Amino acid sequence: MSDLSALSVSEPRFYTTREHHPENGTLLGFWLYLMSDCLIFACLFAAYAVLGRNYADGPAGAQIFDLSTVAVNTSLLLLSSITYGFAMLHMQRGRSRPTLLWLGVTGLLGAGFIFFELREFAHLIAEGDGPQRSAFLSSFFTLVGTHGLHVTFGIIWLATLMVQIGKHGLIAENQRRLMCLSMFWHFLDVVWIGVFSVVYLMGVLS
Amino acid sequence: MNAHLEKGSPGAHGAAHTGNLKDYLIGFGLALILTALPFWLVMGKRVDSSSIAAALILGFAGIQTVVHMVYFLHMNTKSEGGWTLLALLFTTMLLVITLSGSIWVMYHMNHNMMPASMHGMHDMRSMP
Repeated sequence: MSDLSALSVSEPRFYTTREHHPENGTLLGFWLYLMSDCLIFACLFAAYAVLGRNYADGPAGAQIFDLSTVAVNTSLLLLSSITYGFAMLHMQRGRSRPTLLWLGVTGLLGAGFIFFELREFAHLIAEGDGPQRSAFLSSFFTLVGTHGLHVTFGIIWLATLMVQIGKHGLIAENQRRLMCLSMFWHFLDVVWIGVFSVVYLMGVLS
Repeated sequence: MNAHLEKGSPGAHGAAHTGNLKDYLIGFGLALILTALPFWLVMGKRVDSSSIAAALILGFAGIQTVVHMVYFLHMNTKSEGGWTLLALLFTTMLLVITLSGSIWVMYHMNHNMMPASMHGMHDMRSMP
């Protein structure tokens, strides 16, 4: 008997010291896409950094930027990040109705952001300060417009997913899609930090 | 882990990607402060020197980026076996090279390529 108990003590035990390899690479693949998207924005930021002071006797940033609108836009996007987070937390618990509710709030905040941005663009173009006015305005419209286009497609994607969840519920596929959109949405918020800091706040300084 | 699989989660990694309420609230609070501070600095004209103000704005933006990465994108050294962090570091490297390289090269080119008549003129406001 004593032999047996000695044997059971010396029996090998296995501990997992690190996480298992992920079963599918969708999330990693999507992250790599976001990193390549990040490089697009890096190039647009570089173009803005180089051309942002070439006003061609046109208006400078300080004359055309309305910081209170930018502050509203920034808070809308920041709020939409946390409401998307709430949707993900409800998704984790398998509650589809509150998930849909928070996704809807996120979509509305995103739409508000796009509304204020388009209003700013329309105002600038009506004043004759469109993208063809100077190199500064060309690079400004390209950088901010590309970000706005990303947000627009994010909203379309969000609406599509809401229909999918309404039809099929929080199945594994929809959860995976929501995680990808989550990364996309939070990533756009990170890009916006760069936009409001470098383009708007620093543009008003000089 | 079983609980996750029963709900049809794509795997045990689900929790790592969705985070928890505390993380989101901490991240949101920090992001709010780090956004409000630079806006307050500029809109209230709190700093006289524009170069110091610019440095502060960039500093706040850098910290806020890290906050978003950690609390909203749930960036850590373990997710996907460390590959997401590796990809992020590589992208950051390319980003720094692209940005600093472009600014450095174009600044010197503008300086050297200026027509002789404009050599005394240091600001480029009238250049297209």
